[in-house]
Amino acid sequence: MKVRLTSLLLGLLALFATPLAYADSLQLNMTRGVTDISQRVYNLHMLVFWICVVIGVIVFSVMFWSILRHRKSRGVTPAKFHDNVKVEIAWTVIPFLILVAMAVPATTTLLKMDDTSDSDMSVLITGSQWRWHYSYLDYDIEYMSNLATPREQIYGRLPRTENYLLEVDRPLVIPTGKKVRFLITSDDVIHSWWVPEFAVKKDANPGYINEAWTRVDQPGIYRGQCAELCGRDHAFMPVVVIAKDPEDFEAWARSEEQRLADRRAEEERLLAMEMSKEELMEMGQQVHMSYCAACHQPNGQGVPGVFPGLVGQGIAVNDKTAHIDVVWNGVSGSAMQSFRNTLTMREIAAVVTYQRNAWGNNTGDVVQAADVHNFSQGNQ
Amino acid sequence: MNQQQPKRQDNSRVITRLLASVMIMFAFGFALVPLYEKFCEITGFNGRTSSKAATADSGMQVDQSRVITVEFHTRVSRGVPWEFRPEVRSLRLHPGEVKTVNFYVENKTNRDVVAQALPSVAPGEASLFLNKTECFCFENQPLAAGETAVMPMQFYLDPDLPDHVHRLTLSYMMYDLTEQARPRTARVERSE
Amino acid sequence: MSTVVTDTHSAHDAHDHHDHKPTGIKRWLFTTNHKDIGTMYLWFSFLMFLVGGSMALMIRAELFQPGMQLVDPHFFNQMTTMHGVIMVFGAVMPAFVGLANWMIPLMIGAPDMALPRMNNWSFWILPFAFLILLSSFLMPGGAPAFGWTFYAPLSTTYSTDSTALFVFSMHIMGMSSIMGAINVIVTIMNMRAPGMTYMKMPLFVWTWFITAFLLIAVMPVLAGVVTMVLTDKYFGTFFFDAAGGGDPVLFQHLFWFFGHPEVYIMILPSFGIVSAIIPAFARKPLFGYASMVYATASIAGLSFLVWAHHMFTTGMPTFASLFFMYMTMLIAVPTGVKVFNWVTTMWRGAMTFETPMLFAIAFVVLFTIGGLSGIMLAITPVDYQYHDTYFVVAHFHYVLVSGAVFSIMAAAYYWLPKWSGVMYDDFLSKLHFWASLISVNILFFPMHFVGLAGMPRRIPDYALQFADINAIVSVGGFLFGFSQLIFLAVVVKAALKKGEPAPAKPWEGAEGLEWTVPSPAPYHTFDVPPQVK
Repeated sequence: MKVRLTSLLLGLLALFATPLAYADSLQLNMTRGVTDISQRVYNLHMLVFWICVVIGVIVFSVMFWSILRHRKSRGVTPAKFHDNVKVEIAWTVIPFLILVAMAVPATTTLLKMDDTSDSDMSVLITGSQWRWHYSYLDYDIEYMSNLATPREQIYGRLPRTENYLLEVDRPLVIPTGKKVRFLITSDDVIHSWWVPEFAVKKDANPGYINEAWTRVDQPGIYRGQCAELCGRDHAFMPVVVIAKDPEDFEAWARSEEQRLADRRAEEERLLAMEMSKEELMEMGQQVHMSYCAACHQPNGQGVPGVFPGLVGQGIAVNDKTAHIDVVWNGVSGSAMQSFRNTLTMREIAAVVTYQRNAWGNNTGDVVQAADVHNFSQGNQ
Repeated sequence: MNQQQPKRQDNSRVITRLLASVMIMFAFGFALVPLYEKFCEITGFNGRTSSKAATADSGMQVDQSRVITVEFHTRVSRGVPWEFRPEVRSLRLHPGEVKTVNFYVENKTNRDVVAQALPSVAPGEASLFLNKTECFCFENQPLAAGETAVMPMQFYLDPDLPDHVHRLTLSYMMYDLTEQARPRTARVERSE
Repeated sequence: MSTVVTDTHSAHDAHDHHDHKPTGIKRWLFTTNHKDIGTMYLWFSFLMFLVGGSMALMIRAELFQPGMQLVDPHFFNQMTTMHGVIMVFGAVMPAFVGLANWMIPLMIGAPDMALPRMNNWSFWILPFAFLILLSSFLMPGGAPAFGWTFYAPLSTTYSTDSTALFVFSMHIMGMSSIMGAINVIVTIMNMRAPGMTYMKMPLFVWTWFITAFLLIAVMPVLAGVVTMVLTDKYFGTFFFDAAGGGDPVLFQHLFWFFGHPEVYIMILPSFGIVSAIIPAFARKPLFGYASMVYATASIAGLSFLVWAHHMFTTGMPTFASLFFMYMTMLIAVPTGVKVFNWVTTMWRGAMTFETPMLFAIAFVVLFTIGGLSGIMLAITPVDYQYHDTYFVVAHFHYVLVSGAVFSIMAAAYYWLPKWSGVMYDDFLSKLHFWASLISVNILFFPMHFVGLAGMPRRIPDYALQFADINAIVSVGGFLFGFSQLIFLAVVVKAALKKGEPAPAKPWEGAEGLEWTVPSPAPYHTFDVPPQVK
């Protein structure tokens, strides 16, 4: 039994010592985070943790003392007692009081977390398989945020870099010192938007809107992930939030509004411009790899029974307009989402062209942005 | 085993009761569905607003001391080829004040579509105090190919709205109900 | 876990005229004997334990390093789903039903279960349920990939057709459990030997009695939920789809209304087992028998009022979060009472440490660790950080593996001499214990750390800072998995009668009617009910 006791002590020691020893290289405890709420949550976590450790140490000490002393090999005679009302009442009442002591700070923290009043701005966060969409209700800004880690890193063909799986192409940007209200919903299955450093985790339920908020005081980059199983690429939809000083944020918001406006203008301007098939194929391949390959696979084969293949069958070789329709509108009641707000018309034209000509599909069809535009205007 | 004779009768009584409990619990599982809906309606648990028109009480006092921001947001679900947007992004009003907001919708396809807009309010508890006297969301919206429509929504906030609510968001999601009875697994295949 | 005696004539006394039994495959197919059925349940559950375990090893192999190496993410999701379903419904629950079949009649002095033919049924539909479930691997798109919790709409609109097989197999498992529960309740109510009053029943019988009522209450609800999933997917209903006025969160309410009592279904019989073993090896009566019974009943009662603590992040009004937080914390009180009772039972006893006792002690320690992390998870504001991370995975594996599974191992060692008639191989059994104890902690303890550090559960690939701990966890997983083969060896050896013949009561301090019949227990026992004083 000595072995057990020593291993337990060592285990307990390791439990407390290792976080200190490796604190900078290896995170073993909950993050303190960067908001008032996340600090409260961390403190509450540590409080409850230490209470549990003390309870555990007391109970296990008594038990191991008994195991060491009250063993037959020491020639003891067993006692006969089998109940004691006073003791039993004590160990019902004392734990109850400890629980009440934990419930008080827990309740106050929860009330603070649930108080979404007096917010300065609102961001609507929409989850879909497997990316986040951010829409600023007080600005003319909305965009998709996709995983930026290349497939080559995931499949080990390139070395993995520091923020592997925790990097996106367009992070959410929020101002520091302002109460930002998040409205969270989903387009398909349930997702969960989580940034540990804000202590914000809220499910994105399709058809319903959930609310959360944060107030970040330090500018910085904060990373999180989807926390609710949402299908095949659940591991590959990270959350990245950049907190900027209010002035920087305003500057960013103006430039972002300008960028989106420019993009729309550019799109209008380029509608009349024909791209060559080679250009379309090249751009289309990129779009396919970033947006379509997760389901339809890089080689277009899909996953049988789950995601339809695009090679030699289905939309990619049949009616061209139907193909544009599916990419533009999505397919209701399936994992196929609408890309009309995600991709530009040129990108949609390119990916449709690519899918209709790659992998031996060779339909010879060339789709131009103008075709997509015509489709979107109902002129089919 | 002569003492088993009376026990067998006992057994059948116990079994009958247990089987009845199984049936009751099975039914209870289904009864939880309307119970949950009722519960949500009473408590605002899931943020849905009432699907019935409210009538504004003529004696209702407008609470001039408070100004509430109401944000509007619209989305269309997958496969619905519509444009759907509110005329204003948000508006500010006093509790008790009746306002009308128009929503524009355009069917951009060459097929007729029946859609249904479903509301969701955040914070959920505010849904109890958002009363609509007139809303397109009470019914299905059929829209012929290429048709456009202006859909009004008239509402007021109950002056009993809790003090800590200063801003609330009303979101509409437009769903395609044209083929609502179609079995849905088949759609994955059909998308090919 | 053993085959029942083939030669009982030497072992039995006054019941020759009864001891006739069929031989060969027919014996097992048509048997209505509680011992045969118990044996089949136990072997079946061990088989499922190995099947579910190999899936866990595939999960751990993929997670050994960051990056996708071995399987596709979609297949990984199938693994996590099937691992969960098989371990819950195929390994832990049937093992408890097997123990109930074997031991409840022996413990209350009954000749058999009250409804022997239904007993045969409730076992033999189980293999078909799992055949149906496992055959879904052969479908296009493979097996269910939506987690054992099958949250809608991932399991409805966005699932493959294997959902239909999943639903049917769930229905069959549910029927099996309900029949088993009815049988246990009727047996306990009507078949007790004269003088065996309720408050004289061994705690294993009591905990199973309460468990059976939980099963009756919640398995039909599960049947209802899977039916709704089926009709939502195929028959155009909108229970969980917002498009038709349903609510996906409603699914979670219904599921966890079943799911939380289900958690206690998987742990209450463990309490009974440990309450039998600790007094036997401490040579001292169980401390606080009556409070154990009341604590079990109150845990069962509270289990209906805590379900939404699995759902704090779904967006609940504050009053609901608070209610479920308080109720969940309250469960710590009766659970604490149990742990204190076990420790006090050991206090001033005269303990020896045979393998069943070692497993029981490990159960008390590791289950308590799992219980304490359960208190942490109950606190809503911090649950936002723990929810759906490896911290939760660590928590429920502590209570289910080093809790429920360890108690089943303890029970197997404790009663193996009674079942097989020989003592198990002591060296191998100790080796099994120490290997399991060490590896289970290497496997599950570090999961707390990665969970706190922010690693979500059910992901096939992860950020680089989680790499070291995942490597350690995977090593622990393989060690634990292969340690269980030692257990298989011990049981096979005992089943083949290789070992010291066991006396009727091999444990000095053991109490109860099961030790009054010879070892191995004859095919028919207690044809004449014993008199309990």
